[in-house]
Amino acid sequence: MARFFDAEQISKTYPGVKANDQIKLSIDAGEIHALLGENGSGKSTLVKIIYGLLPPDEGKMLLNGQRYRPQSPRQARAEGVAMVFQHFSLFEALTVAENIELGMDDPPSRNKLEATIDQIGQRYRLPILPRRIVGDLSVGERQRVEIIRCLMQNPKLLIMDEPTSVLTPQEADQLFETLNELSHEGTSILYISHKLEEIRNLCTRATILRLGKVVNVCNPKSKSAQELAELMVGTNFATASKGSTVKGSEPLLCAENLSCGAVTEFGVSLSDVNFEVKKGEILGIAGVAGNGQEELAAVIAGEAKATGSLRFKGSDLLHKRITERRELGLLTAPEERLGHSAASEMSLTENAFLTADQRMALSSSGVIDWKKTKDFTRSVISQFDVRATGADSPARALSGGNLQKFVIGREIAQKPEALVVNQPTWGVDAAAAAIIRQALIDLASKGAAVLVISQDLDELLEISSSIAVLNLGQLSAAKNTDEITRNEIGLLMGGVHGPTVGSETTVVAA
Amino acid sequence: MLQLEPRLENSRVWIIATPVIAVLCTIIAGGAMFALLGINPVQATQTIFWAPLFDPELSAYARPQILVKAAPLILIAIGLSIGFRANIWNIGAEGQYVMGAIAAGAVGLAFYPLDAWYIFPLMFVAGLVGGAAWGFIPAMLKTRFGANEILVSLMLVYVAEHFLASVSLGFLRNPDGSGFPGSRNFQQYESAANPELIAGTGIHLGVIFAIFVVALAYALIRFHRFGYQVNLTGKSLRAARFSGVNPTKLTIACLCLSGALAGLAGMFELTGPAGQLTIDFNVGYGFTAIIVAFLGRLHPIGITAAGLLMALTYIGGELGQFMLNLPSAAIQAFQGMLLFFLLSLEFLTTYRIRFKLKRDA
Repeated sequence: MARFFDAEQISKTYPGVKANDQIKLSIDAGEIHALLGENGSGKSTLVKIIYGLLPPDEGKMLLNGQRYRPQSPRQARAEGVAMVFQHFSLFEALTVAENIELGMDDPPSRNKLEATIDQIGQRYRLPILPRRIVGDLSVGERQRVEIIRCLMQNPKLLIMDEPTSVLTPQEADQLFETLNELSHEGTSILYISHKLEEIRNLCTRATILRLGKVVNVCNPKSKSAQELAELMVGTNFATASKGSTVKGSEPLLCAENLSCGAVTEFGVSLSDVNFEVKKGEILGIAGVAGNGQEELAAVIAGEAKATGSLRFKGSDLLHKRITERRELGLLTAPEERLGHSAASEMSLTENAFLTADQRMALSSSGVIDWKKTKDFTRSVISQFDVRATGADSPARALSGGNLQKFVIGREIAQKPEALVVNQPTWGVDAAAAAIIRQALIDLASKGAAVLVISQDLDELLEISSSIAVLNLGQLSAAKNTDEITRNEIGLLMGGVHGPTVGSETTVVAA
Repeated sequence: MLQLEPRLENSRVWIIATPVIAVLCTIIAGGAMFALLGINPVQATQTIFWAPLFDPELSAYARPQILVKAAPLILIAIGLSIGFRANIWNIGAEGQYVMGAIAAGAVGLAFYPLDAWYIFPLMFVAGLVGGAAWGFIPAMLKTRFGANEILVSLMLVYVAEHFLASVSLGFLRNPDGSGFPGSRNFQQYESAANPELIAGTGIHLGVIFAIFVVALAYALIRFHRFGYQVNLTGKSLRAARFSGVNPTKLTIACLCLSGALAGLAGMFELTGPAGQLTIDFNVGYGFTAIIVAFLGRLHPIGITAAGLLMALTYIGGELGQFMLNLPSAAIQAFQGMLLFFLLSLEFLTTYRIRFKLKRDA
């Protein structure tokens, strides 16, 4: 295969950190090339440079043998480089065709455009109806819109940023078919992910970054996932191991017909959710993001109102305030680290006070004992190996993984009787994720009831004792982890989406 | 090429250095303006900054005036700053100031001419309640109906001003005042008076109370859960809710608190320096206090310094007008320059400037 893209000696420095240090990256024509690395390893910076969002401090790039220096994404697109972002930039109130039209410099007539969308959709197995409103689409369908939008420009190099993090296993498989199809036609793909298994399946070459430097270029198929992870992290680390769970008989936290309205405009409302978590049990809640995860976490925490019943240690929770629930021993860690579970401008000590005031008795009649709070903060920092300059450093100065260790550690250190975590390892590096998972397992083995909401199916299979699936605000019955297959979970995750995809395919084909 | 870079942590050196640099810049730019007007710039700046404090003849009058003017500014600004920290924007302190004064005045006059120790304390309570009640109106409208507190509190200023005009011409008018508008003079009603405590210093009960409130606000923000919740709400409303803050209660508390302190400022002003409820009782302290609050970076110590500085430029400006015949527009421009430099240089605490050569990509 011919060399298509070359980057040499790319460097980029931010204040205090060298994000890219003499990076070399080469991609052949039609190759699916993996870019691997932890959060903060410089993946995003490199990709932004290639896509014209950032100018590099040093280095040069060649595209098809020609000097390539995009000043803007528009120029990058003109030269045949397209990118699908992890976070979509679609207008929910507009239709698929309107959204695609908005991104074009020179859009054709609406009819012609819709025909092209259908055509690309058929050719690359990306079925989508051009007239559907984006707000009504599933996440997988929205991603298809983004991909079609890129393919409209006939890109020679397609950059995909963590594309499967929001997909069900079936949707991911479908995406891989599309990508393989593209690669056969000669389109090069730069595939960014931290999911090692899928990279081993999809890619033939991987460039691994650590701390802004290329540490290895290899064929991922020839290495095990553990080896790849160790190259990424630079050290050996243990994967979480399930402890012996002391299962109680009585359910500690149980919900009956729990319903609530959507928290955001295009959110999902929960309808008649039932579950119970026993002492020592980890109940995993799988599902594609945006199917009511945020709502469920908010209802249990006490941030959103709900109907039905939610009982903890036998007492009714729904009429209790969030602080009262904490006093009872029910703690929560929401998905968003910055701005929800922690305030970015505040110090770690202040952030520790944010949830630990009640259970750790950090204040008396309103007067805060900052010394005690600081001691507690330090114990969280050391117990969970949080890398920070100290208890006074602001939350925003921590990397995603370290802040997440702090936020989860803050709850675990309060010795909760029940803990609810939403996306505990979202955007967290592999080493930190392993620590967090092990901490959750240890907490359960000490007799706490743990509820983990996660999009990462591997994670749930690894740590939970039983799994239920949340889809369109409805929760499936929980099944023992040993008795449920990945495929079964995938189908439940697809839920109502499954048939829709099928029927659409027929419509498009007809 | 010049580049701005955000600092990882705010620079402590610059937090202290920026006000000094701002004053120097103001002296240079203002001096140039005075020179263009044909006035000796050295003499002009000296009259504004130096004379009120240290001139052997003028300071006897000016120095007490600085405290008299700074006390209500600081008192109101402290209250506002607590709301501002939580992103609750009370712009109507002027109205709360007026209503506090009217409530206190009404209570005081109700007892006239009785001589009793409890009258002044009752007026204190009335001033507090009057201001808080006027702050409670936007609070309730915001929490119940989602009305914007900026607009509501501002519009209530004009309501309060008309009410002031009405009472000083109507039911609080001095019956022995031979028909002149305005209430009785509280300075002459001993049980309701707030006199200068130490002659020649300008110190009255309101000044002492302002110092007490500065200390209290500092402790509240630093060590109390309420202060923490206020800060947290300002930094992230969602995190605050997660922490257990009730935003409705916090909004009401902040607006009532700032209203109460503005009302008390009005009460001290009425019973002390002003003496009388008249149509033009309010002179804009409630609005100037907004500037003072931001100038002091919403910090009690900063607010104290900013309040004193604002008072100094007002008094100095007045001196400049009658000593050097400076046009009042020039004084206002000079004060504007000071604010401009203070606020524009503030970015140095959060950003650093770097000189960089552009390299080929």
